[in-house]
Parts: sequence; C-alpha cells; structure tokens
Amino acid sequence: MRNTFSETLYAEATANPEVYIVVADISPAGSMAKFSSEYPERFINVGVAEQTMIGIAAGLALKGCQPFAYTIATFSLYRPFEMIRDDLCYQNLPVTVVGMGAGVIYSTLGGTHHTQEDIAIASALPNMQVLAPCDPLECIEATRWCARQKNGPVYLRIGKAGEPVLTADAEPWQFGKLRYLRRGSDVCILTYGVITAMAVEIADKLTAQGRSVSLVSAHTLKPLDREGISSALQQHRHVVVIEEHAPQGGLASQVKQIAWDVRATCRLDTFTLQDAFIHNYGSTNDLLAAHGLSPERILATIG
Amino acid sequence: MTQASFTQASFTQASFDAKAARARCQRYRRRILDISQRVSALHIGGAFSCTEIVDGIYNELMRKPGLSSPDTFLMSKGHGCMIQYVVLEELGVLSRADLDAYCTPHGRLGVHPDYGNPGIEASTGSLGHGLSMVVGMALAERGRRRDGMIYTVLSDGETQEGSTWEAVLMASSLKLTNIVAFIDNNDFQSLGRTSETHPSLYPLAAKFEAFGWETAEINGHDSAAIFHAVTTRKGDRPLMVVARTTKGKGVSYMENAPIWHYRAPNKDEYAQAIRELETQA
Repeated sequence: MRNTFSETLYAEATANPEVYIVVADISPAGSMAKFSSEYPERFINVGVAEQTMIGIAAGLALKGCQPFAYTIATFSLYRPFEMIRDDLCYQNLPVTVVGMGAGVIYSTLGGTHHTQEDIAIASALPNMQVLAPCDPLECIEATRWCARQKNGPVYLRIGKAGEPVLTADAEPWQFGKLRYLRRGSDVCILTYGVITAMAVEIADKLTAQGRSVSLVSAHTLKPLDREGISSALQQHRHVVVIEEHAPQGGLASQVKQIAWDVRATCRLDTFTLQDAFIHNYGSTNDLLAAHGLSPERILATIG
Repeated sequence: MTQASFTQASFTQASFDAKAARARCQRYRRRILDISQRVSALHIGGAFSCTEIVDGIYNELMRKPGLSSPDTFLMSKGHGCMIQYVVLEELGVLSRADLDAYCTPHGRLGVHPDYGNPGIEASTGSLGHGLSMVVGMALAERGRRRDGMIYTVLSDGETQEGSTWEAVLMASSLKLTNIVAFIDNNDFQSLGRTSETHPSLYPLAAKFEAFGWETAEINGHDSAAIFHAVTTRKGDRPLMVVARTTKGKGVSYMENAPIWHYRAPNKDEYAQAIRELETQA
C-alpha cells in the first residue's frame, strides 16, 4: 500500500505544483525516490525529527500549499501529537498526516512500532478527518482525495506492503460513506484497513455456510457515516465489527453507540485488539491472533 | 532565487529614524497599559521586552506592512502578542474596537494570537511551534520563486523546546536565507532567571552559529541596532538575532519582576506607569 500511496502522490504532485511531502527518514523506495529526484524542492526530509515535520507541513499549508507528512504511523501521529493538534487541527489546515504501517504490521519490531490507538486519538481531535483504506485501490482513491481537498487535516492510516486487491468490483469510493464490497441480507461485517482481507475470508466462509453476507469497508472513520451504519444495523439480523485497533474509540465502540441511539435490535458482535500492549512476536496474523483476531476465533463466535 | 534578490528586495528602507521608532514604541506601551485596565490579566512583561523588536520588524523591515505585505511576521512567542495587536491596530489591520474588546465575549482577540484574525499568520501560544511553521512558510516562498521574507520572534524559554532545535537544524540545512528570527532574550521565565535555571543555555548565539545560522547579538531595545543587524546581514544563511532585553521594559516596577509576566496593573500602578513613559518621551 505504501508503494501505491507513493505512486499516487507522485502523480498528484506532477499535476499540482503545490503538493509537497515532508518525510521523517523513510526508505526512499519506488515512487518516493522518483518524487525526491524529480521534485527535490517539494520533497523535504527532516530526518528523525517528527515535530518539525508537522510544523513545516503546517507552515507550507499556511502559505496555501497541499502538504503530506509521512512516516511510520507511531512516529507520524504520536510523537508530534501536540503539533498535529495545534498546528494542523486548531488552524484547520489541509495537511495529510500519513500513518504508514499502522496497527501491528510491524509485528516483530515490538510495541514501540505498533499503532493500536491511532483511530481513537486522531478522531478525538476537532477538525481532523480520518481515512483508512482497505486495499491498494482504496489507497489510490483516498490519497487522491487527500491531495485535492481543502476541508482541513486528515489522518490517513495505510498498510505497508503486499495487501491484496479487495475492491476491484466494489461500488465507487465516496468520502464519508460506507462502501459495500458485497451486499447480503443476513450478516453485515463492518471493517476497515488492512484487516479487511481477514474479513473477506470470514465472509467467504459464512457465505459457504449459506449465510447472506454484506461486507463493508468503513474507510472514513471520521466523519463516520452514522446514517449508513444505522441502516446496516436495521437491515441485517447480525452485525459484526472487526478492527485492528483498541476497543476504545475506534469503529466498534462507535457502532455500539449508534446501535444504542437507534435502538437497534440486531445481534452485534465486535472484535478488536485488546486494551493491552503486545509482547509476543511473529507475523502480523500471529499478533492479531494473540488478541483474538483470527478467522477461526471470530467464526467460532459468530458462526 | 538568488541570494541577492532576497537581500535587495527586503531592505528597501535606506534610512532609519530613531526618534520616530522611540515615539512609536512609547505609543504602543501606552496603548497596552490602557488595555490592561480593561482586563484582569495580560502578558505585559513579555510584550514590553519585545516592543522595539516587533516595531522594527513591522515598521522598518517588512515591505508594505499590513495585509498586502509580501513579507510575513509570525509571533512564535505567542504570549507577547499584545505588542503585535497594538502595532496591527496602528497599521489599520485590526480595529480599535477589536483591541477594546480584547479577551471579552464580544471580541475576537485573546491572550494568544489566533490564525484567522486579521494580520495573524499562525496560532501560537504553545511554545516551540513557531519556528517549524516559519521553515514551512519559507519553503513555500522559495518553491514559488517569491522573495517574501519570514520574520519571527521567539522567547528565550522557547529555546528549551527540542522542537525549536529540530527547526533550527532544518532551516540552515535547507539553506533558507529568507528567514530572519529574533530571540527576545529577557532572561526570565516562570521559575526565575533563565541564566540561573539553565546556565548551559548560554552562550546562545554560538549555538545557532554552530547550527549553521548567521547570528548577531544586540541590545533588543535599541531600534537602530535591530534595523542594522538585519540590513547588514550577509544573507547566505538564515539569520538569528539574539536580542538582550529587559522584561517589563519601560516601567520601573515591572522591569525584571516576574510577577509582571501575567498581571494587569491597578489604578495607581497604571498612573505611575503612564508618568514614567511620559518622562522617557
């Protein structure tokens, strides 16, 4: 997904000379290298200095530019948090903060490189918009949208590498709206981001069991499509939320709030990371499974 | 963008009128004192310590100061913005009604500058944010092949923020010759004299020099020195002017008295302050 992001941003920067990227010592692979060599004045590497990364992006935006700030998610959102709050959100500047490799993608690098609370933290900020594409194609849509919008700041949570294409036949991507990857009438799985691939596997198995399954990419976490979620809660007998995020302040807790508000009568199951750091190692799926996020565990509960 | 074009475009005022600068600064301090009688507290000490600096930036260094200036002033030490407000009032950017309604429910000006208000280029107040935004602004000017200068004033306390040093490193590494920064080195912060609480902060100018900045050290209440420090710069690097100042400058009982960091004078104190300012005139 990071290569898709880079390619898309390079294309946007080619079309619009106001597009800048401020990075914090990232690996200059693929189109990122092309961006830096072809537009060196608009590719700013601050080194290991994330606070100034955000401040510089803010200064560029204050002069009318369209900047992106980009590094590994923990360092793009957590380290310079007050700069994001004051410089970007308080001033409502159209800067996109890209959190690359969010969730537990950096599975063997330990808790310092895991991003388990980013959606809650970013969503808590006034003016902040939050996007989390589920596959490379959605990443293209989201990146384009970020490069062209003037609403205000965006936190763009993306994966890293090797994510499968899941949305080739999906309905069009629309900012702020749920996106049905498939429509059914019995079970509705709401999810977002890289873990959507696991949700697809679960949806396939439920379908094989004879269930009619909707699968939804909730790619815009803020503003959340409350109306769309209300409809999903009312139109399905069973709603399942799967997210690679802590239980507080992400999609699961918000769907529960909406369910209460609309007096939903469907069954509602949520599967999230736990409110705990992860101290074991292995693949991303190993870590997710350690917190109960595996097709087997989820199917055992909802099947 | 050549170096020469920045330099020539920025210093169009060939002469310097010290008497006029003194009169302006006296008016500004008087106006701040007047506003102080409408509120329970304001950052008066830190506004008085950078009065000559902010006056010099707007009235002597920026071209066409006001909303159509090609140059930019960002008040990094946001708590000193009373001086910015009164200068902007005199320039016609803010109205008298704006300043009279300072910190009231029907006004739009608060204790720290808010982006969106006329003449305010960035929201500051939390220290250590300004210089990074200045770097971004300077990059934007360079990217558009414009000759806009970016001026800023930092407090000495801000140089304790790690984020300030991240920006210091970037400004010189990116060779941003269109940045002119001042440090209002009044040597005071909440818990005492900075030179006593953080003696290793000094020498300050040498630190910026080591980071690749051009530097100058001046008396920050000498308007001519402020003007000359900038206009005689080499201009091949960003400029940091370390300005020695006195917190509360101009009113004897406020000078170097930490209590006047954030306090409004009572009626008698106000009257004395006005008398002292008139004597200095």
